[in-house]
Amino acid sequence: MPIKTEPFAINFGPFHPSTHGVFRMRTTLDGEVIIDLEPVFGYLHRGIEKLAEGRTYTQNIPFTDRLDYLASMSNNLAYVLAVEKLAGVPVPERAEYLRVIMAELQRIASHLIAVGSLLNDCGAFMTPILYMIREREKILDLFEMVSGQRLTYNYMRIGGVSQDIPDEFLPALEKFVERMPSYIDEYDRLLAENEILLARLKGVGILSKGQAINISASGPVLRGSGVEWDIRKVDPYSVYDRFEFDIPTGTLGDSYDRYRVRIEEMRQSLRIIEQAMKQLPSGAVKTDVPWLMLPPRGEAYAHIESPKGELGFYIVSDNSAKPYRFHIRAPSLINLTALRDMSVGWKIADLIAIFGSIDICMGEVDR
Amino acid sequence: MTIALSGRKIAGKLQEQFPGSIVQSDESSLLVKSEHLLAIATFLKTTPGFDFDYLTSVTAVDYRDYFELVYHLISIEHNHSLVLKVRCHDRENPTVPSVVGVWRGADFQEREIYDLMGIKFEGHPNLKRIVLWEGFQGHPLRKEYKGIYK
Repeated sequence: MPIKTEPFAINFGPFHPSTHGVFRMRTTLDGEVIIDLEPVFGYLHRGIEKLAEGRTYTQNIPFTDRLDYLASMSNNLAYVLAVEKLAGVPVPERAEYLRVIMAELQRIASHLIAVGSLLNDCGAFMTPILYMIREREKILDLFEMVSGQRLTYNYMRIGGVSQDIPDEFLPALEKFVERMPSYIDEYDRLLAENEILLARLKGVGILSKGQAINISASGPVLRGSGVEWDIRKVDPYSVYDRFEFDIPTGTLGDSYDRYRVRIEEMRQSLRIIEQAMKQLPSGAVKTDVPWLMLPPRGEAYAHIESPKGELGFYIVSDNSAKPYRFHIRAPSLINLTALRDMSVGWKIADLIAIFGSIDICMGEVDR
Repeated sequence: MTIALSGRKIAGKLQEQFPGSIVQSDESSLLVKSEHLLAIATFLKTTPGFDFDYLTSVTAVDYRDYFELVYHLISIEHNHSLVLKVRCHDRENPTVPSVVGVWRGADFQEREIYDLMGIKFEGHPNLKRIVLWEGFQGHPLRKEYKGIYK
């Protein structure tokens, strides 16, 4: 006779080391097995969409830094692309290349934290993530050179970037691009065949191709499920159509596939940076736009492939100095729709690994 | 490159299928009546040639006279996109059919619109506030809402 158990509820978070910020999961368990799960948001809600309506277009750039604070450069880029589309501002060639270099460096930095904290969640406490923070540090040094900041860069401007790179930037970047592949190989050597990692991730938290599309998943979550969909390729923005790179995809859609996609994407990002360095033209880095710009009446939606998925900005202008409506399509929030599907039927210990494999940033979920 | 389909061309096809459902169409978007939204959404998703299987983003804009809901649709198979819009003129009790049954990706986004803009989605399985707490008064993204600093 099977043992009869009663379902009971556990509140995971909001303050729990594995929730990557302040996030709560209301889980219903039958023994150790999850039978229901409901994400609860809002602990970091700052009302950025409303605040942005009260500030000028340029003043809003620093706000975007505070969305996904692990990928500020990408947020800057998506926002300025939307405003440029709205106002029809041209961008100098050199600035486009600098943007691509920064966005790809940012992708590597964000994926390092994603993979590191996933392993942290799986129980490999602090050792792998410190390996990855070691390399991320080099990227932060590069960002510090160009923007003076290490987390919230505020580097992009409407019509270009805030300033040209200093002389020591390119040699340092070259050194980084040269060394980084061997570090990624090192992670692979340590982790790809690691028995504990395979046991925790392989076949766990499967998201099928159809489900992934239906819930509007994006980024590594969508590609891990085998959908070859990368906005850099399918709808190229900036100068991405000039580079050669592949879109890594998974097959099964489990946590391991999502992890693999991130590792492979880092290699592809290095490929893009290498090509961009070779092609980098000289010239101006910013178009002159008025301090108080008044874009024409209308609306624009611009999206980019941020490290976490499709980051989009929908901006409506009423021909005043401030946006009439400022909406952020945040990949982290929408990817979380998949969490319930992925984790029901799995044990509570697996939930941590599944959640870690989605890679969210609460600044972007709650806004 | 994702091809943005012309709203005007699609309007022609929809007009045959759902007479009187189109309010306005131009090159970049398609505005439909809210009572036809669900049928049109299902049609756009399931009809071969359209195959809009991916709902990128849902959002709402408060234009003071009316609310406008904006749906950004993409077809992964054909790599084309469409901007679908619906208007809601009732400010006291705005209601729009929910598209969660067609694209589940709308789930949290519709809850967010309900929370911040106060538009109710008929047929949403779990319509409650998402980022603000239960018991919060008002809907901050509406234009008449003034924050505490104003």
